[in-house]
Amino acid sequence: MADNNTNNEKMSIKEFLDNDEKKDLLRFLTAGSVDDGKSTLIGRLLFDSKKLYEDQLDALERDSKRVGNAGEHIDYALLLDGLKAEREQGITIDVAYRYFSTNKRKFIIADTPGHEQYTRNMITGGSTANLAIILVDARTGVITQTRRHTYLVSLLGIKHVVLAVNKMDLVDYSKERFDEIVADYMKFVAPLNIPDIQCFPLSALEGDNVVEKSERTPWYKGPALLDFLENVHVGNDHNFKDFRFPVQYVLRPNLDFRGFCGKVASGVVHKGDEVMALPSGKRSKVKSIVTYDGDLDYAFPPQSVTITLEDEIDVSRGEMLVHPDNLPTISRTFEAMLVWMDEEEMDVNKQFFIKQTTNTTRARIDGIKYRVDVNTMEQTNVANLKLNEIGKVVITTSQPLFFDPYKDNKSCGSFIIIDPITNNTSAVGMIIDKVNTSDLFTPITEDDKKKMLVGESLVSPEQWQERIGQKGSVYWITGSDKKHRRELVYTLERRLYDIGQFVCKLSTDSLGLERMSSRDVAIVAHHLSKNGVAVICCGSELDPKVCRPEFSSLHIKTEGDDARDYTSNETVIEPTCIAQAVEDIINKL
Amino acid sequence: MSEDYNLSHLKQLEAESIHIIREVAAEFENPVMLYSIGKDSSVMVRLAEKAFAPGKVPFPLMHIDSKWKFKEMIQFRDEYAKKYGWNLIVESNMKAFKEGVGPFTHGSKVHTDLMKTQALLQALDKYKFDAAFGGARRDEEKSRAKERIFSFRDRFHQWDPKNQRPELWDIYNAKIQKGESIRVFPLSNWTELDIWQYIRLENIPIVPLYFAKERPVVEIDGNLIMPDDDRLPEQYRDKIVMKKIRFRTLGCWPLTGAIESEADTIEKIVEEMMTTTKSERTTRVIDFDQEASMEQKKREGYF
Repeated sequence: MADNNTNNEKMSIKEFLDNDEKKDLLRFLTAGSVDDGKSTLIGRLLFDSKKLYEDQLDALERDSKRVGNAGEHIDYALLLDGLKAEREQGITIDVAYRYFSTNKRKFIIADTPGHEQYTRNMITGGSTANLAIILVDARTGVITQTRRHTYLVSLLGIKHVVLAVNKMDLVDYSKERFDEIVADYMKFVAPLNIPDIQCFPLSALEGDNVVEKSERTPWYKGPALLDFLENVHVGNDHNFKDFRFPVQYVLRPNLDFRGFCGKVASGVVHKGDEVMALPSGKRSKVKSIVTYDGDLDYAFPPQSVTITLEDEIDVSRGEMLVHPDNLPTISRTFEAMLVWMDEEEMDVNKQFFIKQTTNTTRARIDGIKYRVDVNTMEQTNVANLKLNEIGKVVITTSQPLFFDPYKDNKSCGSFIIIDPITNNTSAVGMIIDKVNTSDLFTPITEDDKKKMLVGESLVSPEQWQERIGQKGSVYWITGSDKKHRRELVYTLERRLYDIGQFVCKLSTDSLGLERMSSRDVAIVAHHLSKNGVAVICCGSELDPKVCRPEFSSLHIKTEGDDARDYTSNETVIEPTCIAQAVEDIINKL
Repeated sequence: MSEDYNLSHLKQLEAESIHIIREVAAEFENPVMLYSIGKDSSVMVRLAEKAFAPGKVPFPLMHIDSKWKFKEMIQFRDEYAKKYGWNLIVESNMKAFKEGVGPFTHGSKVHTDLMKTQALLQALDKYKFDAAFGGARRDEEKSRAKERIFSFRDRFHQWDPKNQRPELWDIYNAKIQKGESIRVFPLSNWTELDIWQYIRLENIPIVPLYFAKERPVVEIDGNLIMPDDDRLPEQYRDKIVMKKIRFRTLGCWPLTGAIESEADTIEKIVEEMMTTTKSERTTRVIDFDQEASMEQKKREGYF
């Protein structure tokens, strides 16, 4: 801060600009309501820092029209007029972005309203923030709203939290009151694992400890708020460990150049590094890291670069380059914290689009493990989520995603859910981790318990049919001509597979260690078919009589065979017509 | 050798903008970059060149010519597009032009609606663009502070500020139905100072009108207007004086007020900006011609 205060040192505009262009950026969120003095605080940061700025440029100012007094003539709330007007008109209060800078840093404020019905706005504003300022009124201390804001901030993985205990002037700048509020807050915040929490005794109205340290709080040893905001180290908030490069765009300006454009989501990549493309698993080496301003030796987040590889391997948008010794999780099923953002409540039967990094695929919300009460953090079992509600869910996607848990890697652990009909962004989520299919969520109802007693599956054949898009079926293939029977079995299996069916061949001859009886085969086939599978039953021992009426029976006609009718479903096939018979079956599906 | 993983704010903004531009090129079938020839457009165009280097930018540049632009702007536009190999589309509302629509005869509201908004909408429909980049910044104007980076427009190109899609992290929702479109603002998080800094740092060419010079001006309704052709109404012609002026924003010449200034370098412009209290759009006539006018224009499809 020393260089700030030496008024005598006059900075030329060139020096100022040279200095300015090296500044870094801090994005922060302010949460609180107007009653907490939020607009006054933001106003002060915006205005008083501007004044600082101009002080710096004193030497440059040709006229001295600048207001010299430190009087309280500015109505800071005016700066936040946009939001105020909206509230009066009862229209959606949104996130407003504000910009200011000091001679140390540039700042982007995401200014979000505090009430519970604006949870989605706060989540939106907080998604890109490095730091959150949570306001409390010194008179009321930590209240429900404070807890809600803090929970949301921890959910978003914001690593730096400022507890701004405002209106200290109204509690006579009492150290005891401040300590009490801080102790209260610290007790509540401990389980949320926020790495950096700083508490400030402020009076935004009087300007205490906002831009300059106040003489009215001699007991407070920390920095002024702005000083802290200017110096807090956020450079390490990016993950520099796990290299992830989601390919955004493939650049092929000519036959000699094939570059993969993207933003380094996390980690660091060097020229010469061995990389692996996901999902293909193909490996190559980084030939160059190209930018308009010349090649780089290495790239790190959040740089946007173009990577070329030594070998011609095929990588498209949505795929990912990584280091082969450090892979993300590759899975179709994962747990996530989901924030519902749509006026229309969640429909668990709907297939959504999911967009994660540069990858878009279909997704289904398998179930809600619980909903979190954003005020008390209590967990409740619910059937769906409504606007502004947050829950832990299990999601399955149609293509595997390459991800890391959000807490380790925001860029590869965040996603949005898009409604396929309205195209609205219905929900946003933060991935916790993959789940084993065996751990999948299953709510057990009273009805289910009855089914469980008799050993009946809780997933109905109809549900399976909907899930995999095929109705289970069993083909019971008999006939004593082994050669032709085999031909029928294998042709049918191949053709069913070709048209996209899940197919399984069960034989009395070859399954497992022990031979199965015809009865066993019928039981297994029946079960598989209830799960939507097309089962082909065969084998020399397969008994036509065991065939169940719901199965399709295919009998290969052999020399001297009489057409028998064991089931009403039986089709008798001439050995010369096998291919045609199979096509007939396929056509009828 | 220890490596430095810090990016200056300008490099962070640049990286963010490039990411946005590439996302559009990847997700849309027929994007276009709207080019106003102003300083923000100049930065946006350079960012697009950066996004696809060493390749060519995979979408065209489109200028909506209101037929009242400064001649220096048009000259600059054509030279720039030629030099950097851009596919340049120029569109105007020729019907309104032939009917003689202009700011002096019809007022700024009608002129802007017909020659800018309607001209833009006609052009977007003509080429069936599904995404259009604009150089607007959130710090410019109140209603823009809330606008998304990917801003959804319905079939009639209208913006509904009450019904915007949530936009989180750097994940942009590009899904639209046929006929709908997205306006994309890659410079959303840039401030005016950032723009000037970047122009200075990257040596980006800009129209010379931004720099102070002795120019003929006439005062009309409190604005210093530089008559750029012979369409200046009779009553002002003998009131023209020479002043050292420059423009903070560029648009139609009768609607863009100049400021008296000595700033003939970027350094001096920044210096002037830092010590001035007026925001840059105060020299824009159109912002004040009706209550909440920018929000209204944006709803109707203007940028």
